[in-house]
Amino acid sequence: MSDERTLDLLEAKIKELRELDKTDGINLSTEIARLEKKLEALREELYANLSDWERVKIARHPKRPYSLDYIREVFTDFYELHGDRLAGDDRALLVGLARLDDRPVVLLAQQKGRSTQENKERYFGMTRPQGYRKARRAMSLAERFSFPVISLIDTPGAYPGLESEELNIGGAIAENLLAMANLRVPTIAVVIGEGGSGGALAIGVADRVLMLENAIYSVISPEGAATILWKEKERMKEATAALKLTAPRLLDLKVVDEVIPEPLGGAHKDSHKTASSLKESLLRHLAEVSDIPLKKLLAARYQRYRSLGRYSTLNDQ
Amino acid sequence: MAIFKDRHYFRVNLEKKTDESLWMKCKSCGELVFKRRVRENNNICPHCGEYFFLTAQERIESLIDKGSFTDISKPIVASDPLLFQDTKPYPQRIEEAQEKTALASAIIIGSVTIVGIPVVMGVMDFRFIGGSMGAVMGEQICHGMEEAIRRRQPFILVSSSGGARIQEGLFSLLQMAKTAAVRGRLAEEHLPFISIMTYPTTGGVQASIASLGDIIIAEKGAMIGFAGRRVIQNTIAEELPSNYQTDAFALEHGFIDRVVNREDLREELGKVLGFFVEAQ
Ligand SMILES: [Zn+2]
Repeated sequence: MSDERTLDLLEAKIKELRELDKTDGINLSTEIARLEKKLEALREELYANLSDWERVKIARHPKRPYSLDYIREVFTDFYELHGDRLAGDDRALLVGLARLDDRPVVLLAQQKGRSTQENKERYFGMTRPQGYRKARRAMSLAERFSFPVISLIDTPGAYPGLESEELNIGGAIAENLLAMANLRVPTIAVVIGEGGSGGALAIGVADRVLMLENAIYSVISPEGAATILWKEKERMKEATAALKLTAPRLLDLKVVDEVIPEPLGGAHKDSHKTASSLKESLLRHLAEVSDIPLKKLLAARYQRYRSLGRYSTLNDQ
Repeated sequence: MAIFKDRHYFRVNLEKKTDESLWMKCKSCGELVFKRRVRENNNICPHCGEYFFLTAQERIESLIDKGSFTDISKPIVASDPLLFQDTKPYPQRIEEAQEKTALASAIIIGSVTIVGIPVVMGVMDFRFIGGSMGAVMGEQICHGMEEAIRRRQPFILVSSSGGARIQEGLFSLLQMAKTAAVRGRLAEEHLPFISIMTYPTTGGVQASIASLGDIIIAEKGAMIGFAGRRVIQNTIAEELPSNYQTDAFALEHGFIDRVVNREDLREELGKVLGFFVEAQ
């Protein structure tokens, strides 16, 4: 998005003119209005038809709001719970109690870091087995006290490393999938940034699966697919298009239930606005799933996953 | 539209042998060995004991009571929901795999007996696009578990898979959740699920159904784990021990119950199944 620079320049220019208008008392309002109109048109043009790769870049944008930003704006009284009671406390997946309006919920939230130090602590948002098992523990807590579970998904993937393997990260993910499929409380998962493969799905089996407009959700990263299938990492743009990993495409494929709109240019352009859209959507879906008797809800969730996948049937004689 | 055109791949017949060559060279010891002897020896080199790859058919033969196999796979084949194309279109990849393996997909579901005990068994074939799990494999595994419930029989899954099928995108990923959900039903019905991990059981298959067995048995020489050596070295450049993701590593770190030699697997299954059900 090299055109983003043009936008920035134009924004700076308008700001400058406003200052002049105020301090020097020169009436520049017509000029300002003209430039603002131009800015708006340029924005529309730039962002209305984002390519899939551009959405990937927005999903990974360093200024994109992360889970804790949304937790602050959407929920109240977030009370974090630490540790898997076994091997440690993963900082890339936070769990805790919180209130959505007045209703207590259990939150499972994947968190990336902003600074180098924070990224080190949070393993660049890649969840380790300690995180998945902590989430599993929080799910049990939710079930015991009938709190709905809300997952905020944002991870490049599960953390690949010797320690992860030694702690059987694959087994930890598998156990979560089984637990969430049968969890006896309403569940909602939202992909807010990157939905990186099994690392995301491990907290993403739910009654409602939502995505922010510029979030992505994929079986493999574009770079990984390019390396494996094209044998060239540089062909990630093609891989991105082929994987159909953006929110609008996944909505078309009917694997997610709703796309939550973001401001033009992405959530980071107006995080308050994004947070309020997220809150509106969460409240609406939570009200809906809470109205369904548990038995019916579980049957519907089972059916949702049981029927997932497309294939062709032959006449068998 | 069905990718799969030639119906003759469907319904596996174990009696039909196609390979006519008499001799093969062992990749481990270099000896020229008589192929029929290798076959009769569970595809183990009679000279040095090296385990050669087993196709799904060969695996089934090595585990079951002779003549007890009926193919009960669902008559389904891959479709191309993403219209996926990398260096070749996905339908072409499927057709090539079908031609190479004479299978409809990367898994066979069979009704068999093992040491006289009737079970439903799913067996993956690594030759079919790396045994990767797409919508067909996910559906077949669920179908197998549902058949096991209907027949009140144990379910056995023999995994040989590199993970999810990339070409079906998120649909593949979600098969992990789908198979886990149906596995829950098997548990509710108190029917045993025995997961056998072979070389390789990695990625999305290890991180879902294969790790959810009531009992998990690894074949000696299996590779078990989530992220491959290359992924780890590319992502975080970490030194890895030589036993990384081996059967011994999995046993030492507690992911699996036992490691069993290939030639002993059938008897071992009979022994384990005997705790849960009686032979007919
Ligand atoms: Zn040999």
